[in-house]
Amino acid sequence: MNLIPLVLSNVSLMDKAMKVVTQYQSLLIKGAINTVIVALIGTIVGLVIGLVIGAIRFVSLSHDRKDSKITVICKKILYFLTSCYVEIFRGTPMMVQAMFLYWSLKQSLNWTPYFAAICIISINTGAYMAEIVRSGIQSVDKGQNEGARSIGMTDMQAMFYVILPQAIKNAFPSIGNEFVVNIKDSCVLNCIGFAELFFQAKSIQGSVFDYTGPFLVVGIMYFVLTFTTTRILGIIEEKMNHTHSSIPASDTTANSIQRGGF
Amino acid sequence: MALIEINHLGKSFGTLEVLKDTNFHVDQGEVVCLIGSSGSGKSTLLRCVNLLETPDSGEILYKGENILTSKMNINTYRTKVGMVFQSFNLFNNMSVLDNCIIGQVKVLKKNKNVAHENAVKYLNKVGMGNFLHANPTQLSGGQKQRVAIARALAMDSEVLLFDEPTSALDPEMVNEVLNVMRDLANEGLTMIIVTHEMNFAKEVANRVVFMDRGIILEEGEAKEFFNNPKEERTKEFLGMIRK
Ligand SMILES: Nc1ncnc2c1ncn2[C@@H]1O[C@H](COP(=O)(O)OP(=O)(O)OP(=O)(O)O)[C@@H](O)[C@H]1O
Ligand SMILES: [Mg+2]
Repeated sequence: MNLIPLVLSNVSLMDKAMKVVTQYQSLLIKGAINTVIVALIGTIVGLVIGLVIGAIRFVSLSHDRKDSKITVICKKILYFLTSCYVEIFRGTPMMVQAMFLYWSLKQSLNWTPYFAAICIISINTGAYMAEIVRSGIQSVDKGQNEGARSIGMTDMQAMFYVILPQAIKNAFPSIGNEFVVNIKDSCVLNCIGFAELFFQAKSIQGSVFDYTGPFLVVGIMYFVLTFTTTRILGIIEEKMNHTHSSIPASDTTANSIQRGGF
Repeated sequence: MALIEINHLGKSFGTLEVLKDTNFHVDQGEVVCLIGSSGSGKSTLLRCVNLLETPDSGEILYKGENILTSKMNINTYRTKVGMVFQSFNLFNNMSVLDNCIIGQVKVLKKNKNVAHENAVKYLNKVGMGNFLHANPTQLSGGQKQRVAIARALAMDSEVLLFDEPTSALDPEMVNEVLNVMRDLANEGLTMIIVTHEMNFAKEVANRVVFMDRGIILEEGEAKEFFNNPKEERTKEFLGMIRK
């Protein structure tokens, strides 16, 4: 007996959802595209910021007996400045950052919500990426750097050609995870009027006078986006771990004994 | 004139004085084996030679020029003094071939094709010519060490430094690496080798240097050194090793 109203309301929820899907299709697709774009650009630019800041933080934390006094002081200052960036952006909600930065820079930059959203999510992601990159660098064996130095590479060359590629590979799962987090958390950018998925749900809700339909639809859309992304990232990770598997198996035994070419 | 000459070298880690007024030299074409008990400072001395450690005092002359004070670029100097590590330190993000190419292209600024040819030449030389496109992680220890030797040779090094190149290897792989080193010695390459392989030292080295607690206690022509050690500590060490 009690089941009847529940089933009825479920049926009507499905109806409401279907109505949202059919009537507001284009709004929803536009929102989904904006969500993916802002998450993707934010992750990529964030990674670039993170690579630079993370490498700076790693280098400025490393002590070298050859360092002059000035170098030591520069390292301390750089570490302090990058720490401020990382701590502040990781320690406050992105929604607050978005409201504050968007409105405080609106006068001087005259930026659109779209552009502001991309900038804010990039800067925010950069703070997380910096720490991901730094621990990625720390996870690379110290011998890799010594090997590079021993053939005459500069610190920069060793970092660029040997260490960072391995750091990025080691950190790939965390980097991918930032992308998934950005797909979801970009929803807070609706507060500055950026028309991503959550923003569209809110405006649809305003015209149909119903909360459940729009947010069920949008929830499903978010899930499909994150689920697909996670699978794709998994496949890429798998591929990365199985590169260079191209040597014929027969070589392995035959040539470890034979020494040719002298 | 010695190719590398080290005078009054001092090096401490904190309060631990690892090298005390060390004097050492290696001539062109000479093979010197450095032996001594654990912690005596062999690795530190070797790492000072190519400046992976910066000495606190003393001088390192390369062809008569003090590299600690001269205008010679440290990285240029390092290309001439190659290093082979106990733990191989091959670049894991590159194929065997690229391990031997990258330094030539990025440091020596060689043309890619020339570098490629040169890398293949040296990989063939160490018997790794069939593994050009393998990743280091797929190789056995002996194979990795041979690639590491090829990587150093490809830089046209004039001296190779070996820090216990076979200590991390399974016993059955030790010889494939020693054989390569023996061939290099016969070709006249200058080498400084830290090793616990006494038979190899006896056979291949021109000179053996025994280090004890940060000083060079005794050195001599290889056969003479092993047959007639003078110092008590040397006799003790050789006795221990033989057991
Ligand atoms: N980077 C470092 N910081 C602090 N102490 C160090 C460092 N490198 C070496 N030492 C110390 O210096 C001493 C000499 O070390 P070194 O590695 O030169 O000895 P070794 O003769 O190569 O010994 P082994 O046969 O064990 O390799 C040791 O007591 C070691 O603990
Ligand atoms: Mg050692």
